[in-house]
Amino acid sequence: MVERTPILNILTHLILLTGLIMLLVPLWIVFVASTHDFRTVNTVPMTLWPGNQMIENYTLAWNQSGFGPKMLNSFIVAIGVTAGKIAIAAISAFSIVYFNYRFRSLFFWLIFITLMLPLEVRIVPTYAVAANVLRPYQEIADFVGISSLLNTVAGIRLALPEWSMLNSYTGLILPLIATATGTFLYRQFYLTVPDELAEAAKMDGAGPLRFFWDVLLPLSKTNMAALGTIMFVYAWNQYLWPLLIVTDITNYGTAVMQLQRIVPGPLFGEPPRWHIAMAGTLMVMTPPLLVVIFMQRWFVRGLVSTDK
Amino acid sequence: MTGKRVTFSNTWLAGLLIAPQLILVFTFFYWPAGEALYWSFTLEPPFGGENQWVGWQNFKTVFEDPLYWNSVRISVIFALCSTALAMGIALILATFVDRQLPGYQAYRFMYFWPYAVAAPAVGLAFRFIFAPDAGFVSALNQWYPGIWNPARDGVDAVILITLANAWSMVAYNFIFFLAGLQSIPRSLTEAAAMDGSGVLRRMADIQFPLLAPTFFFLVVINLTDSFVNSFGIVDITTAGGPARATDLMVYKIYSDGFKGKDYSLAAAQSLVLMLLVVSLTFIQFRFVERRVHYT
Repeated sequence: MVERTPILNILTHLILLTGLIMLLVPLWIVFVASTHDFRTVNTVPMTLWPGNQMIENYTLAWNQSGFGPKMLNSFIVAIGVTAGKIAIAAISAFSIVYFNYRFRSLFFWLIFITLMLPLEVRIVPTYAVAANVLRPYQEIADFVGISSLLNTVAGIRLALPEWSMLNSYTGLILPLIATATGTFLYRQFYLTVPDELAEAAKMDGAGPLRFFWDVLLPLSKTNMAALGTIMFVYAWNQYLWPLLIVTDITNYGTAVMQLQRIVPGPLFGEPPRWHIAMAGTLMVMTPPLLVVIFMQRWFVRGLVSTDK
Repeated sequence: MTGKRVTFSNTWLAGLLIAPQLILVFTFFYWPAGEALYWSFTLEPPFGGENQWVGWQNFKTVFEDPLYWNSVRISVIFALCSTALAMGIALILATFVDRQLPGYQAYRFMYFWPYAVAAPAVGLAFRFIFAPDAGFVSALNQWYPGIWNPARDGVDAVILITLANAWSMVAYNFIFFLAGLQSIPRSLTEAAAMDGSGVLRRMADIQFPLLAPTFFFLVVINLTDSFVNSFGIVDITTAGGPARATDLMVYKIYSDGFKGKDYSLAAAQSLVLMLLVVSLTFIQFRFVERRVHYT
């Protein structure tokens, strides 16, 4: 603005700098701690300058926790969830916006209301479903009477096979794919696409799928980048769900889950090896941090436009 | 709801396109939510067999348990404090970044970073920084021995998880406050400047009132988030201890359900938390609607 406010300007910079220090100092401390040896990291107060043990600590932390396969698992899950969310959001919103049928409002609300059912409030039953995914359908069939009908008419006992999602990538990915925010974002986007495009496509003889693939998807690239960035961070940082459904940690453990196992402390009867723990922490937090740093523009856009 | 003027007519295709999402939502959201409802009104007999209908008994057990009220009390304190802290800091930072002095882009760029850090990673980092015998805050213990020990002292433990949670939420709030501030028409602040009101005056009389809708929206989001998403931080930093001092509602559901294997009690608690989230979301919808009218 126009006026000169030298004192206030200095104050502004001071406040902003304090904020920056508050927000970044924890990250810096994690980094510094991960570069020192056992003795230095446990002296009080710890130094604020990096040491020379970085490579040793990181190698040890990496090997000890088997971060190689765990990082790979995390990437598979994060990319699977992100791709799944984008795909499913794009097609369900397409169905809701570009087709005219009776239940579309109902379907939209059914999807939207799931915002009020975060995983944390339904963990136990969701876990039970994941342990046997077809059970809901079996119970419905039994309840409605399809089972007994089949039994009397054809003599077949309807018994859906037991399909457990525990310890599998499907289990880590599929339950996280349903997305109210993504569907909402795509719906808003489709509503801004001019009607003339669909009209022209129809006139040229393009069917709905062709219109979706050749016109809408290319137009929604911005949306896709925005949604993709926040969903990647979300999926990578999942903690509770993997913790529940993965017991086979060597094969399906994710990187974030591993944090629980590297907490040092007298509780576990071992010396507090904070330098190794901090090296592990830093490695786990790096991929989403890089995504946020490099995709900043899309990330902010995605966050602000989904509004949760 | 508003629709398109031009639509396609293939209803089968429309159904096919929306089916995957509906199946997922049914299988992993509505069925489990329904099951939580069913479990909360029934009890599993100790020797197997069908669940027995027990009416409100599970809720009575929950509400008569002082440990549950302890958990509610801590959750409320935790949610209010971390919301106030995170929003206060974010609001100050956003208003000063919005002055757009030289170098403001750098701040804007780096303030987002904490958002990317997973909750358990935040927990582990804070556990180290605030450890009683290592890290930094332990220096306090050298001057005043025994003044800080989150592993022994309940209040210290609550302070620790509150700080960790607030730290991880500042970035989110900052992004929204800044977006809100940037949507305020420049002409308004310019007009006020022409009339001779200073920077702070403009903040108090123009920017903050116009930010009110964003503010209410964020209050609800932050509260919901603190009630629901705090599992990662608590599990790593304190694991509910010491002596249940940080036994938040989410954590208690988890430990009763998975460690105690008492599905009915866990379900009844889930239902209470669900009601809380639903009512907070309803409040949010009202304010979101208000926001549309304001701007």
